[in-house]
Amino acid sequence: MARVLTVKRISRCIACYSCMLACTRTVYGQFSLAKSAIQIRTRGGLQSKLAADVCLGCAEPPCASACPREALRPRAGGGVRFARARCDGCAACVEACIARVIRMDPEENLPIVCVQCGTCVRYCPHEVLEMTPVDEGEG
Amino acid sequence: MLGERVLTILNIDLDDLTWSSEARADLSEYLGGIGLAGKLFAERWRPGSSPGDPGQPVVLAIGPLSTVFPLATKTAAVFHSPLTGEWGESYAGMRLAMALRFAGYDALVVSGRAPHPVYLVITADGVAFRDARALWGLSTEESGRILREWETGRGHRSIVRIGPAGERGVAFAGVNVDTFRHFGRLGLGAVFGAKNLKALVVHGNRCFPIPDRKAYREVYDEVYARAVDTDLMEKYHGLGTAGNVLVLNGLGALPTRNLRQNRFEHAVDISGEAFAEKTLLRKLACPGCPVGCIHIGLYRRQFDAGYEFESSTLAYDHELIYALGSLLGISDTGGIYALIEKTELLGLDAITSGALLAWATEAREKGLIVGEQLGTRLTFGEPEGYLEVLDRIVTQPNDFYRTLAQGLEAAAEAFGGREFALTLGGHEMAGYHTGYGFLLGQAVGARHSHLCNAGYALDQKMGPDFDPDALVDELIAEEKWRQVLNSLCICLFGRGVWTGDLVRRALLCLGIDAEGEFLSELGKRIFKLKNEVKRQMGFDYRWLRFPRRCLETPSFQGQLDEEVLRDLLNRYIARLGV
Repeated sequence: MARVLTVKRISRCIACYSCMLACTRTVYGQFSLAKSAIQIRTRGGLQSKLAADVCLGCAEPPCASACPREALRPRAGGGVRFARARCDGCAACVEACIARVIRMDPEENLPIVCVQCGTCVRYCPHEVLEMTPVDEGEG
Repeated sequence: MLGERVLTILNIDLDDLTWSSEARADLSEYLGGIGLAGKLFAERWRPGSSPGDPGQPVVLAIGPLSTVFPLATKTAAVFHSPLTGEWGESYAGMRLAMALRFAGYDALVVSGRAPHPVYLVITADGVAFRDARALWGLSTEESGRILREWETGRGHRSIVRIGPAGERGVAFAGVNVDTFRHFGRLGLGAVFGAKNLKALVVHGNRCFPIPDRKAYREVYDEVYARAVDTDLMEKYHGLGTAGNVLVLNGLGALPTRNLRQNRFEHAVDISGEAFAEKTLLRKLACPGCPVGCIHIGLYRRQFDAGYEFESSTLAYDHELIYALGSLLGISDTGGIYALIEKTELLGLDAITSGALLAWATEAREKGLIVGEQLGTRLTFGEPEGYLEVLDRIVTQPNDFYRTLAQGLEAAAEAFGGREFALTLGGHEMAGYHTGYGFLLGQAVGARHSHLCNAGYALDQKMGPDFDPDALVDELIAEEKWRQVLNSLCICLFGRGVWTGDLVRRALLCLGIDAEGEFLSELGKRIFKLKNEVKRQMGFDYRWLRFPRRCLETPSFQGQLDEEVLRDLLNRYIARLGV
């Protein structure tokens, strides 16, 4: 069964950023926070609660609909698959994302897109994140 | 790239508000952290000048593993301490190391004095000098809030600032790092103040290719699993360091009421358990550390009838509960939180503040100081007077408070009571009255801190029937190994996770060969360097003294004997080898 990333228990987040480092390490082979598809941030300084901006794994992803080159295509169960070679960096997906979580990577002029691999979940020490099973029939 | 052996040093001159970046291949043998910061300080400090001389540099440095591996989270600071007049060294967690890493700097060297208060915005593009006159005088909380709103980079930046204590030259002013961590000890805040430097905002978004992905992943996973899946870090994550309160009280090692007692009858009420059960809100971590040892509690209090409440969230630890709790006879979490909040907002070091207040209480009782000087009443167990005194240490309305602002050694020198002034090597003592190892260890440690060599742990391990040479040898060996961990900026809480073998493998997968004797030689070299600079600053082991109170009040090891302590010190000097 397909799964999509969900933020289940943000109140337990300790801001260790292990998820972000795991994302870039795995997807890009880089040590970076900027290239991470998941972004942990505070809501207003460290006195406040934390927030996790993640791909919502849309069943009908507007980013894919907006992509003129089919670089982003719907993934079975939700979210998208990203064919980097097809992308020309037009950033239409950034505009289209209803969760506003797609950012452009200025180094490569390519969007930073969550591939729903679940690596971030494995490195969360507090079970804040989860890969939630989805019924593909509904998508 | 990661593992780059040409280190990037950012030189900042506040006299003329200029900066330059410098590539230093020759410093790679110092790795980073304390090795790098210590070496840069040794190169650039001005012998013969006072700590307040604007020409004296402040060096901040990270290491090759910083944020790249779990638990490598600290930034090292080296400066000329206005509190002791000698080697100043302090470490802070939270986001500073991460921000320096992603901005692309291994070290910052700040020298000179700005023509007016400034704050610095440090990014991969260099340094912007911004006017901080509107921030001068503001608390650490308010200046942090404003900078958060004024500057960009939400989430991945670090905001480092001083409070009014640093601005007004209090010799034990600290530097607040991202609200919940600090360069607490030895007065870095006063050095910032003397430079007209209110704050640093450090922000970086750089990306680094990983040289050997497979090897990196293997070592990363091993460190991560040791931190998360074993019980090595549980004491830091669970109750946190505050769990020590009851342990030390049980051992007869919890300094209470200016160390007139070694146990506190209210220890249960201020224990880590009490703080957690009554007030713990959540835990936070430094970036790159999955442990989450930063315990944040809720300080909620009624300010008027009719269900009128106010509240704040504050970080607590053993050292704060000792210094602002048992040492002052404060028997409830609310009283301790009130004092923690005060030291936080003013930007004061908590341990020094507590030891100074404890001495003042006793000095007042004994008539060494009078009520007019104090302007308030000081009684063990009552926070109100202590809160007033802390404010006055910063505003300094008279000569008495101007002296107190120079720390406990200066106060006892001026007004008497040295025998109950709890300082070791000129630095106010930490909260472990465990015995000889602690007293000797803090006194001889390079920065006169319990963290230099963990003598308190040796006392607990060796007990009262220790072999004096073994104790001395272990103190020296531990201090040398800690130079290595501190060069890598590995949090000392993680010293059990990071074995020598893991350190070598982590460095190797970044392309840094630390095989053979490299690490032990590094430890020795830094140990020697610190001793050389300290000697030039006028430090001499033979002049160390131990407050009589530490010998009068029994420790975990029982009654301590001054002759045994002097003998240990002589053995230490003989076996020092530098």
